[in-house]
Amino acid sequence: MATHHHFAVQFPQVLLLRKPSGFAMLGEQFFTSNKFQYLKAYESALPLHEFLTLHAHSVKAIFSSAGAPVTAEILRLLPEVRLVVATSAGLNHIDVVECRRRGVALANAGNVFSEDVADYALGLLIDVLRKLSAADCFVRQGLWPINAEFPLGSKLGGKRVGIVGLGSIGSEVAKRLEAFGCCVSYNSRNKKPSVTYPFYPDVCELAANSDVLIICCALTDQTHHLINKQVLLALGKKGVIINVGRGAIIDEKEMVGCLLRGEIGGAGLDVFENEPDVPEQLFALDNVVLSPHSAVFTPESFKDVCELAVANLEAFFSNKPLLTPFAAVD
Amino acid sequence: MDNNMDNNSNNIIVLMVCPVSNYLEQEIEKSFKVFKLWHFEDKEQFINTHKDSIQAVVGSAAAGADAELIESLPKLEIVATCSVGLDKIDLARCKEKGIRVANTPDVLTDDVADLAIGLILAVLRRICESDRYVRSGEWKKGEFKMTTKFTGKSVGILGMGRIGTVIAKRAEAFDCIIGYNSRTEKPNLNYKYYPNLIDLASNCQILVVACSLTEETQHIVNRQVINALGPKGVLINIGRGLLVDEHELVSALLQGRLGGAGLDVFEHEPDVPEELIGLENVVLLPHVASATVETRKAMADLVVGNLQAHFGKKPLLTPVV
Repeated sequence: MATHHHFAVQFPQVLLLRKPSGFAMLGEQFFTSNKFQYLKAYESALPLHEFLTLHAHSVKAIFSSAGAPVTAEILRLLPEVRLVVATSAGLNHIDVVECRRRGVALANAGNVFSEDVADYALGLLIDVLRKLSAADCFVRQGLWPINAEFPLGSKLGGKRVGIVGLGSIGSEVAKRLEAFGCCVSYNSRNKKPSVTYPFYPDVCELAANSDVLIICCALTDQTHHLINKQVLLALGKKGVIINVGRGAIIDEKEMVGCLLRGEIGGAGLDVFENEPDVPEQLFALDNVVLSPHSAVFTPESFKDVCELAVANLEAFFSNKPLLTPFAAVD
Repeated sequence: MDNNMDNNSNNIIVLMVCPVSNYLEQEIEKSFKVFKLWHFEDKEQFINTHKDSIQAVVGSAAAGADAELIESLPKLEIVATCSVGLDKIDLARCKEKGIRVANTPDVLTDDVADLAIGLILAVLRRICESDRYVRSGEWKKGEFKMTTKFTGKSVGILGMGRIGTVIAKRAEAFDCIIGYNSRTEKPNLNYKYYPNLIDLASNCQILVVACSLTEETQHIVNRQVINALGPKGVLINIGRGLLVDEHELVSALLQGRLGGAGLDVFEHEPDVPEELIGLENVVLLPHVASATVETRKAMADLVVGNLQAHFGKKPLLTPVV
């Protein structure tokens, strides 16, 4: 017999496929509402398929956190679902096309994370150019008294920085870069009329005219392996790449090869194609800074995204407009 | 490079008191004869032998010209330091004896400010620790922890000179709330002035030490200031190690009375307190705030330019005294 709770279903149910990180980090109380109940698939002994079939009639929305894809199959099993709320800015783990086809609305994290991600991108850039992580290691290993000379870094000011994807995150990155005297240009799906930074319709040309590339775009079919060997070679021997988007935007195997052969100058990476696996050849390089997909890991942002997710769910169940509806722009 | 100098310029002897860079040595050697003090085991004897011929001293943040050295070089005309800091030079004595002093301001301001912000981000967002987390394989065992957001935080700057001003401008791009303490309030600044350093520390989350080291400012960041900054506070030092009571800093970090620190300078470089090595809430750098290829070249060129100006009887490029 299935062991699950028998609630009198007074409230609409919101499906949780896995326990949100926020539950542990901030406490479940941040997520509760008097407008809906959570249905925790991860607490059931039933296989997911059976669990969903059992609750198909009462699940009206899905709360999606990272690591729990919302597939076409899941949507098929839950015909009452009219909303998927995501706690990430990117929606590449959700079958967006299927949602649209079924008339299921989507809400994402909006701009909640943009500042944190932009801060992190700058942190990675300064670290790579000024060798902060390598220098910190140098000191901790006791090498400073032995070897007075630590290799020189490279100045930020005057560097040409190409932003790939000038959305909310890219714009925050640009604003910060300007304060450091960097020259900003960008590549985006479309030129932004209100923006004065030089626009490059071709990312390869952007790379050829940049000292640094910062990847801030979403992962879609179009941006998969957007940064390929050609783009990396155009960026060049002194070029630096910073990725705070998604690992698969860069052809990781090519990038590793370019780094090993000195065909690009350095990298700051928060994301990888196969997390948490990171190509081990990178560990030997001191012109690379590696990070465990933590650009948004601040309690400030987590609180903001939790409040936003709950607010979106409450708006939905009150028949009010979503706060941060996601509409893919082509 | 100004080659419009007296034919006998190659006879002018410059004493370099510490290694700076091969580039600087080569450039000085183009116009002058150079003695490198660190090549001589018996420094006292060396100086005794050559004291009447040394006309210039070139130093850096590591070493300069103290009273003893100045007194032992009767022909000394100019001290040029490859740094903006003057704490290793006895300025009063130079003034007294009519010895010129030149440093390297402005060319390094941006780099130092960049490093200050880099340290803030590295400490608050645990970037160096994250890098170690991935490299050690820890990520395979679990997600990294929560860190602290930088945007919007309150930043206090101790010393609103050239470097402090530029740090403030960068922090503004992160929507930070800026306050400062300085010997005097600066006109036309949109930041809150705190005449008392402890008040500044009580009212900011990140305190950046950006003032010069003088007799008055030694240990200006003391136990009370550190306590006022508090368990969630972060101290960033890109000034001089002696500005901070290092012993108190270490004890505050170990006891959790201070949240974290980003340090580019220490009281006894290159020695770093052993207790800091094991801490994850600190970032430790080997005095690299001006250490970029571009800036070190500019600094070296300025040192040589000042020497050439002086011995060419032209105005110094960046005089202090």
